[in-house]
Amino acid sequence: MFNASMPTSPGSMVNQCKFEEDEESDSKDIFITVDNPESHVTAIETFITYRVLTKTTRSEFDNSEYEVRRRYQDFLWLKGKLEDTHSTLIVHPLPEKFVVKGMVERFNGDFIETRRKALHKFLNRVADHPILSCSEDFKVFLSAQAWELTTYKKQGPGFLSRMGETVRAVANSVRGVKNRPEEFTAIQEYVEDFSNKIGSLDKVTQRIVKEQKEYLEELKEYGPTYTLWSGSEEELAEQLKGVAGCIERCCKETEEQVGHLSDTLVPVLHEYVLCAETLKAVLRRRDNIQAEFEAKNEALATKKVDRDAESSDLGFVWGSLLGKNPEEARHQRQERLDGEIEELKEEIDKLEDRVEWANNALKGDWGRWQRSMRGDLKSAFLSTAEKNVDYYEKYFIFIHTQITVSL
Amino acid sequence: MMADSGPKEVAVIGNTELTSAELDNNIKNTMVEIEKGTSLLRKMEISVAEAEKRTGKNTVNMQEIYTVYLIETRPVDALTEGITPDSLWRRYSEFELLRNYLLVTYPFVVVAPLPEKRAEIVWHKLSADNMDPDFVERRRVGLENFLHRVASHPVLCNDNIFYIFLTEDKDWKEMVYETGFQAKADSRLKAVNAAFRVKNPDGRFTELKHYSDELQTVLSQLLRVRARVADRLYGVYKVHGNYGRVFSEWSAIEKEMGDGLQSAGHHMDAYAASVDDILEEEEHYADQLKEYLFYTDALRAVCRKHELTQFELEMVALDLACKKQQKEELVTGTVRTFSLKGMTSKLFGQETAEQREAKLQVLEQQLKEGEEAVKEKNTESDEFVKTAWVDIERFKDQKDRDLKEALISYAVMQISMCKKGIQVWTNAKECFNKM
Repeated sequence: MFNASMPTSPGSMVNQCKFEEDEESDSKDIFITVDNPESHVTAIETFITYRVLTKTTRSEFDNSEYEVRRRYQDFLWLKGKLEDTHSTLIVHPLPEKFVVKGMVERFNGDFIETRRKALHKFLNRVADHPILSCSEDFKVFLSAQAWELTTYKKQGPGFLSRMGETVRAVANSVRGVKNRPEEFTAIQEYVEDFSNKIGSLDKVTQRIVKEQKEYLEELKEYGPTYTLWSGSEEELAEQLKGVAGCIERCCKETEEQVGHLSDTLVPVLHEYVLCAETLKAVLRRRDNIQAEFEAKNEALATKKVDRDAESSDLGFVWGSLLGKNPEEARHQRQERLDGEIEELKEEIDKLEDRVEWANNALKGDWGRWQRSMRGDLKSAFLSTAEKNVDYYEKYFIFIHTQITVSL
Repeated sequence: MMADSGPKEVAVIGNTELTSAELDNNIKNTMVEIEKGTSLLRKMEISVAEAEKRTGKNTVNMQEIYTVYLIETRPVDALTEGITPDSLWRRYSEFELLRNYLLVTYPFVVVAPLPEKRAEIVWHKLSADNMDPDFVERRRVGLENFLHRVASHPVLCNDNIFYIFLTEDKDWKEMVYETGFQAKADSRLKAVNAAFRVKNPDGRFTELKHYSDELQTVLSQLLRVRARVADRLYGVYKVHGNYGRVFSEWSAIEKEMGDGLQSAGHHMDAYAASVDDILEEEEHYADQLKEYLFYTDALRAVCRKHELTQFELEMVALDLACKKQQKEELVTGTVRTFSLKGMTSKLFGQETAEQREAKLQVLEQQLKEGEEAVKEKNTESDEFVKTAWVDIERFKDQKDRDLKEALISYAVMQISMCKKGIQVWTNAKECFNKM
């Protein structure tokens, strides 16, 4: 049975130290930018590539600067590899393949820009991660030329072995984990709630953007009616034009504010909606690893019972049918079972380590994730609030001036 | 500008150029009237204090629910004589009757409009239901405003029917009908006919008609768009209320961020709630604009009256000119223009001297009557133009003052909205900082 208070293995201890050290590393030694989207047209398809520029002082890199072009598929590949290799670490989400509602055009300027920003963030988050940034796949992604990358991608576990993994994973998830430690259950509950809340915030914010845009449309019609009116008046003409001017200014400020919301808050909330899904997947994978371990333990227990049990009548009959001496048959059987038990024990040891490592990795990364989540969301909301104050202040000053001048 | 048809000597029609002396005179007259009338409002406080629902039987003997309004009057101060505190209930249709009476009796006055009978240009929150308490309240204010307008008008405030409307609830309706004002009312058909056929209306009235058409168009459009803008603004603010709810729920699962989120949520709720006051104030602004939208009808009514008077004058003058021409023909024996008479005399020979003499006498009489009629109509028209134009100038000044004030207060409303916004979001920012 798995016990949460089992002593940690040396490997996991090292990792824990690393987490604590890299709290606030001002000694950033790798800088990555994603920019310069370009369209490529081939006979079969059209796609966009982005320039990935890396500057680094890390020793594992041969050069200090790299410039490569990557397409979305390549980012997907990298994410997949990172998740495969570090199944219980929290990898920052990638922007989605398509955005269903809103923008359908893959080659729409706004869409490309939003995606570029998200890809930029993704790579930088990986670079900031103490373990993920050491990944060989990451290094190849940043430094290899296009054809080198293609070759590298082809290596790695073949199709069949990946199939095997998937089947195992499915089997384990069907079986379910039996003794999940309390802390992971707590995390799971939190993730459920968080996912709901962040999803709601995402929807609310998008709704605000929509309402603001509709408000703006009406304002654009409103101002000109005052100007029209001023044409029929003498005494009032100045004032009417003044009001028209105020409304026009309001339009300008509203447009800016909507832009800011779309650029700053909407993408961050959306990212964390995706994060919530990532977290759920990570928790599932952790559960599967534990489930596998539990399954093997159960198998071991069954085998032990088998071995220690008196030979069953059936065994005796079978043995005598084969012309064996009942004593010999039993002895052979015992030996066989002992061997299997030893094998199982070895496997279980490995799995136990694996569970240990997975749990610690997740625990460490969990704290880290929470900190960045708080930082990201706090700064996004702060920025939004600041922008709103700015909006009202600018409009206030404008009206105030108008009142003294023309009204 | 003179009438085109016929010989000169026809009455002066419209007078587009008042000399400056005449203008001054007009202004002096107005001022005298104001003092003479001593706006009723100076002596008497008038308020439409309450509204109540009543049930009763209508003209086809069916049950109906209607609203009545309490009109209270009292002396302005202890020194005012002749005014005792009073109160009575009136319903909207009685106000309408009063206004129609004033329109007919003082056609040269731009009579203040009544508030809407039904809520027309609304945004979604306001119900279009006449029984809705907000609508009734705004109507109450509008009716009070109407009474104040009439009571402060230099001419209208002296009207007895108006005074009785304010002070006597029994038999008022009968008294109004007894004035016979309905008979004096010009038929719509007559007015429209005149509008099409008048040849020389006073240029100022034509201009005024154009202005009131323009003002009506632009104000309708403005009010409609404003209502849509209000609708949208409401939407923006209210959606932020959802932030309040979600922040509150989210704060329950967060340790470090919990407090900051919770208080930020409260500010979002406050922000969402603030739009109700903002839009209510704006509704008052919209009502001020609406009053002037409805005023355009009164302006057009005055213009129509002028056209009618002018048209009648032109008809009478034309008739006179015709008669003069007939006399001339008869006297000189020449037929200038083609006429049946000329044809018959060619065919059947001339008339006898006696016949001619008789005809001449009739014509002379008619000419005398005609000249009297022209003189009368001319005076009437002149009077009308003079008194109407005085009131129109008064109206223009009132409009410019009122609307200037309304526009300024609108700007002030916007400033107040900004201040509230700054406060809420600054507070929210503080909360986010604590996250």
